[in-house]
Amino acid sequence: MSEEATADEIIVCQDVCKWFGDFQALKNCSLRVQAQEVVVIIGPSGSGKSTFIRCINRLEEHQAGDIIVDGIPLTRDVRNIEQIRSETGMVFQQFNLFPHLTVLENITLAPIQVRKMRKDEAQDTAMSLLNRVGIPEQADKYPGQLSGGQQQRVAIARSLAMSPKIMLFDEPTSALDPEMIKEVLDVMQELAETGMTMLVVTHEMGFAREVADRIVFMDGGEIMEVGTPEHFFTNAQHDRTKLFLSQIL
Amino acid sequence: MTSAADANSDRSVLPITERYTLIGWVRRNLFSDTLNSLLTLAALAFLFIVASNLLRWAFVTAEWGVIPANFNLIMRGQYPATEAWRLWLVIYLLGAVVGSSWRLLSGKFSGAARLLIAIPFVLMLIPFFSMATRLNLVITAAASAAGFFITGYLPIQRRGRTAAYLLLAYLVVMLILLQGVGAEEGPMPPVAPILWGGLLLSLLLAFFGITLSFPLGVALALGRQSKLPAIRVMSVIYIEFIRGVPLISLLFMGQVMLQLFLPDGFPLVDRVLRALVAITLFSAAYTAENVRGGLQSISRGQYEAANALGLSTYQSTIHIILPQALRAVIPVLVGQFISLFKDTTLVALVGIFDLLGIARTILANPDWLGTQQEVYAIIAVLFWIFSYSMSYASRRLEQRLGVGQR
Ligand SMILES: Nc1ncnc2c1ncn2[C@@H]1O[C@H](COP(=O)(O)OP(=O)(O)OP(=O)(O)O)[C@@H](O)[C@H]1O
Ligand SMILES: [Mg+2]
Repeated sequence: MSEEATADEIIVCQDVCKWFGDFQALKNCSLRVQAQEVVVIIGPSGSGKSTFIRCINRLEEHQAGDIIVDGIPLTRDVRNIEQIRSETGMVFQQFNLFPHLTVLENITLAPIQVRKMRKDEAQDTAMSLLNRVGIPEQADKYPGQLSGGQQQRVAIARSLAMSPKIMLFDEPTSALDPEMIKEVLDVMQELAETGMTMLVVTHEMGFAREVADRIVFMDGGEIMEVGTPEHFFTNAQHDRTKLFLSQIL
Repeated sequence: MTSAADANSDRSVLPITERYTLIGWVRRNLFSDTLNSLLTLAALAFLFIVASNLLRWAFVTAEWGVIPANFNLIMRGQYPATEAWRLWLVIYLLGAVVGSSWRLLSGKFSGAARLLIAIPFVLMLIPFFSMATRLNLVITAAASAAGFFITGYLPIQRRGRTAAYLLLAYLVVMLILLQGVGAEEGPMPPVAPILWGGLLLSLLLAFFGITLSFPLGVALALGRQSKLPAIRVMSVIYIEFIRGVPLISLLFMGQVMLQLFLPDGFPLVDRVLRALVAITLFSAAYTAENVRGGLQSISRGQYEAANALGLSTYQSTIHIILPQALRAVIPVLVGQFISLFKDTTLVALVGIFDLLGIARTILANPDWLGTQQEVYAIIAVLFWIFSYSMSYASRRLEQRLGVGQR
């Protein structure tokens, strides 16, 4: 590993490259994330945002460059991959809840199977997480019986049940009706306030402005610009950043 | 123009009671216009001719005496009469296990439970049954009721698991009872499987064919999706080979060739076991293809969510993928199992006396010349009863699991 992480750096990406066949989706992406930092990733469609955060928990395999998560280098080694995945939660645009399990079972499955937690203990944790995301009364329902916003909050609780050190969000509110977006963003904001390290792909500029410590702008598979929200919304450097922001705001 | 419009408005303004009476329904659906009326009348005439001929045959011409005279043969083949008590014991225990697992899995004494308890009593109405048979049926009903109510008093925690163990234990006990143990002169002398026959054998072949081929088929379906090329290629070759060969040729191969594949001196001599192996291998390939359909219906997001949570491939297969995949293919699988049940009749062609084989022996007996119609009709009815029960049970299962709803 050429790049050593300093004590506080929980994610280190150095010159990460990723090809789908001939098409290069990530071009030398480098990013260092501090523990407890909230980083929002923005950029036009197809710019590689999803691909980038999916490389961090190995849902996609990168072909060049280094990724180190909490001191563990991400290599082909299955043990490293499993360890990184159990320390990293991910929330998807399409929720991806398990439709054949109740809300409670969705949340307790991984703690019981992966962490070997006792069932009653896992259920207690799950109930307190459901309280935290504001839907304890839905515990015994099936995902198909919930609204989109409720499902996404269950998905967040499901990830949190593994007590991850890092949470990855891939457009968590894009599949939601407008009136449900806020309930999910509120949960995410509370999570950020508890000191969770978060990487969030989103088009919600209000959230980015208020919650992000840093914003990353990607375009054409490259990280074009990184900076504080203030920097972004007042004096973005790149023309493409300005263009993108002018279109979206 | 006007008259059509009138007719329409007429229909919609009919008083509620008119719209839903029998006569109203008949007039609207069967005699709405001339063509429809003619078709209705033609169909009725056809039905009348067929039904009256059938009824005349069933109640006047047919010589039903062949059935009671060969009843034991039809039910259990050559299984010795002196050992028939073992079969009844198997049936009592089945009643008890069904009653008990009903309590464990459903908890309620619902309509379907009453239906199950009623079966022995309905069977008692069959006119030629002896008093002993009727008594045995009452005991069976009592055993299932006892199983249900006694289980209700037991403090059992893991209900599903207990029911599974109960079923497993039952299978072992059943096989021991059927097969027998100890010496020829002992209390339970061995009865070679080749002597098991009739309905008993048809049900056993179907049951074990299904339960043994199911896990094999699921494993093959997963193997076909495996990332390891060796496993994938082997699964594909197996599935495609078996699916390209008719069951009857597998049955013949089983009888004459199985010995070649097994180590010398391997005691797989029994014809029935060889047939069961062929049926199982055959059915597994079809199960695999059906399960594959279910696996393909699962979105990538499910795999990704399982991976992102840190579940291993094994864990996500067992807890996420298979439950959904299997649920999606219950109707197809049950359809396949029903055809397997009916296909077991092919073993009659390799000299095994299942229901169809027994029918052929009865018909070969000079005493019963010319009773083909009666014998085959009864065999057909028996197959229909069990096939229909399977499809009914599968529909209930689908409803309970809420297939298509979540
Ligand atoms: N599995 C794949 N196979 C081939 N190409 C892919 C695959 N996944 C993504 N790509 C391509 O990689 C590029 C980046 O995709 P990615 O999903 O990361 O974009 P994104 O920034 O998340 O876009 P969006 O805002 O639409 O979600 C796109 O051009 C896409 O077509
Ligand atoms: Mg995306």
